[in-house]
Amino acid sequence: MRNPQLNKNGELTHLLSIEGLPKGILESILNTADSFASVGEREVKKVPLLRGKSVFNLFFENSTRTRTTFEIAAKRLSADVINLNINASSASKGESLLDTIDNLSAMQADMFVVRHAQSGAPYLIAQHLNNLGVEHIHVVNAGDGRHAHPTQGLLDMYTIRHYKKDFSNLTVAIVGDILHSRVARSDIHALTTLGVPEVRVIGPRTLLPAHIEQMGVRVFHDMAEGLKGVDVVIMLRLQSERMKGALLPSAQEFYKSYGLTPDKLARAKGDAIVMHPGPMNRGVEIDSTVADGGQAVILPQVTFGIAVRMAVMSITAGN
Amino acid sequence: MNIAILNGRVVDPASALDRQADLFIVGEKIAAIGARPDGFTAEQTIDAKGLVVAPGLVDLCARLREPGNEFKNALATEMHAAVAGGITSLVCPPDTDPVLDEPGLVEMLRYRAKNLRGPRVFPAGALTIGLQGARLTEMAELRSHGCVAFSHADAPLIDTQVLYRALQYASTFDYPVILRPEDAHLAGDGVAHEGQIAARLGLSVIPIEAETIGLLRILELVRMTRARVHIARLSCARSIDLMRAAKSEGLPVTCDVAVHHAHLTEMDIGFFDARCRVVPPFRAQADRTAIRAGLADGTIDAICSDHAPVDDDSKQLPFGEAEPGVTSVELLLPLTLKWALEEGVELARALALITSRAAGVFGLSGGKLSVGGNADLVLFSADEYWRVSPESLTSQGKNTPFVGYELQGRVHHTLVAGTVVAGSRSASAAP
Repeated sequence: MRNPQLNKNGELTHLLSIEGLPKGILESILNTADSFASVGEREVKKVPLLRGKSVFNLFFENSTRTRTTFEIAAKRLSADVINLNINASSASKGESLLDTIDNLSAMQADMFVVRHAQSGAPYLIAQHLNNLGVEHIHVVNAGDGRHAHPTQGLLDMYTIRHYKKDFSNLTVAIVGDILHSRVARSDIHALTTLGVPEVRVIGPRTLLPAHIEQMGVRVFHDMAEGLKGVDVVIMLRLQSERMKGALLPSAQEFYKSYGLTPDKLARAKGDAIVMHPGPMNRGVEIDSTVADGGQAVILPQVTFGIAVRMAVMSITAGN
Repeated sequence: MNIAILNGRVVDPASALDRQADLFIVGEKIAAIGARPDGFTAEQTIDAKGLVVAPGLVDLCARLREPGNEFKNALATEMHAAVAGGITSLVCPPDTDPVLDEPGLVEMLRYRAKNLRGPRVFPAGALTIGLQGARLTEMAELRSHGCVAFSHADAPLIDTQVLYRALQYASTFDYPVILRPEDAHLAGDGVAHEGQIAARLGLSVIPIEAETIGLLRILELVRMTRARVHIARLSCARSIDLMRAAKSEGLPVTCDVAVHHAHLTEMDIGFFDARCRVVPPFRAQADRTAIRAGLADGTIDAICSDHAPVDDDSKQLPFGEAEPGVTSVELLLPLTLKWALEEGVELARALALITSRAAGVFGLSGGKLSVGGNADLVLFSADEYWRVSPESLTSQGKNTPFVGYELQGRVHHTLVAGTVVAGSRSASAAP
C-alpha cells in the first residue's frame, strides 16, 4: 500500500502524518522553514510562491491559533485564503464530508487545510482525491482527532533544532495527556525519525494509551524521575472535559503530580527548554513562573509555526 | 421437479460421507444418493463433474435489513446474495427497524421471505422489548411465530438482573438465547482493538476485557440458570480459552466467530480503512491464531458471515464515524475454505462449521444430506479461483476488506427445497 501522502516519485504531496515520512523530507521542511523565517521581519512580509492559489481552511473543529497561523502563512505566500467553519454550515445541513470536498474542489481549490475531530479524516479526503486522480489539490492535516498534528510536530522540531542545534544527543520528555494528544503522537514520530536517542512520556496510567512503548518511547509515571536530565520538556494541554469521566479526580490533583513547577523543572538539565502547543492552562499543567520564565520558548514556537506552515504549504503545492 | 445431479463429489459432514456419487431429487426432497431410484426420470440434469455437492450452508448471523429498508428492496437482494453464496438457511438478528420484538413483525418478515426465491429465513426474536434491556418480550408467542432463538444483537444489556431473568425465563422453555459478550461501559465509544495500531492512529479502543468480562458474566448466569446460550462472534484468544473451559465443565453453551475474524487483524486497518470497521474489532495476531486453532479443535461450533450490507454513504466516512459491518454472505464459503486450506483441515470438517454443526446450534433441519430430507444443496467448485470485486457481489453492500482477493471456492448452483435458486454465477473468472 502506497503511503497516501507521497506521490509516485515519493515526494510529499499531502501532509497527513509524520509517521512514515523519511528523515530527508522532515529535514527539507525544516530547512525550507529556515529560509522563510526572515520573511516576517521584512517590511513587505510576502513571497509570491502561492500567488493565484486558493487555500481553503476547512475547520470542522474550532481552533483560533492554528487556523490563524495557517492563514498568515498562506497569505505570506501570496495565496488567497478562504476560511470555512464547517460546524456552522454544511455538516449541520447533512452534507457528507466528501460531498463538501467535491463541491470545494469544483470551486478550483488548490489546497485544503483540514482540522477534524475524527482521527483519519484528512486521510479519507486525500485518498478520495487520489482515487479521483486529482493531483493538483493538496491536503494538509491541521489536526485530526487524537491521531496527528503534523505541522505542530514540525514546528516543535524546528524550535528544538533552533535551541539545541543537534537532535542526536537529546533526551526529550512529553508530559501530560498523551492518550488524547495528537501533538504527542506527531512529536514522538518526528523525534524518533530525526534520531533523538531518548523520548520519554510522563503521565498517569489513565492518560497513556496501551502499547505506547511500541512507538519507541520510555514510559514514566513519576514526573520528577522522568524529567531527570532532560534537554527538552514538552507540556501538553489538559482538556477540562477529561475531569468529567473517571480519568482524573481533579485538575488540582493533576497539577500536584504532573504540573510543571520550578521544583520539578529543576530536575531537568540547567539549559532545558520548556515547550507547550497552547493554549496553556496555567495552574493545571504548567505553573505561571515556568510559563513566563527564562526557559520557556512557548511564544517563539508560535512565531516559528508560521515559517514551518509556509514551508509545508510551498513544498506540498510544488509536488 | 425431478433433478439428477450426476458425477459430483458428495460431501456430507453429518454422515461423514465424502465420495463420488449421483444425487436424485424428487419434489422438495432428496430421493437417493448413489443408485438411481426405480422409475426416476430426470426433468433436469446437472453435470456436477468436478464440483462438490454439499448441504446448503447455514449462516447463524446475516442481516437482511428488513423490517426497515423496504424502499431499498433490501430483503430480495440480500436473500439473492445469500443463495449466490450457497446459503440455504440463515438466522437473522432482531436489530432491525423496528426491532423484531412482536409476533406481527416476525410473521411479516417470514411471509415476505417465503415469497422470494431465497434461503430459508429463521428470525431470532429480540430478548427484550425494543432491545432496550428492560422488559422481556413475549418469547412463547414469538417462538410460535417462528423465532428459533432470542437475541440481544449488539445492543447493550447492562442490567444483570434483567439478563439473569431473561435467561431464567428462556431456560424454562429451553429456548436458545444468542448473546454477544461485551461490557458496554468498557467498550464505551471504542472503534478499534486496544493495541499498537489504535495507539498509533489515535483511535478510541475496545479492550479485550470488554469481551472477556462480558463473557464471564454470561457464563456465571448460565451456571445459575442452565439456559442454553449461543455466544456470538468471539474475537479474542482469552474468550476461546474461556469457552473451552466452559464446555469441558458441561455448561450448555455453543459459540461462533465471524468468518473475517479468522483472517484479519488490527494491522489490516492500515491507513484508516473503514472497510475494517467491524464489531467486535479485528484484534491482534495472537487472537487470530487462537480463533483458527479453536475452529480446528472444535471449541468453536460455527462460522457465521456476520453479513451487514452497509452502503457507501455510511462507509465513506472517517473511521470512527463509519457504520460498522461488512458484506459477507458471498464470502462465507470461500473464506472458510481459505482457512481450511491454510490450516490443512479436510473439506468435510471445514464444511461442518457452516453446515451441520451450525444447524445443530439451534436444531435447524438443514445442514445435512439425508434421503427423505430437504433438498437444500450447494454445488461448488472447491479449487476454482474468483476475484472479489464490488461488481462480483450481488449484495447491495459492496464494502469488504477482501476486495481484490483471489479466493478459491465458487458456487455454481444453490438449491432450496429442490428448486435451483442460484445458477452459475457470472463472476469474473481468474486471469
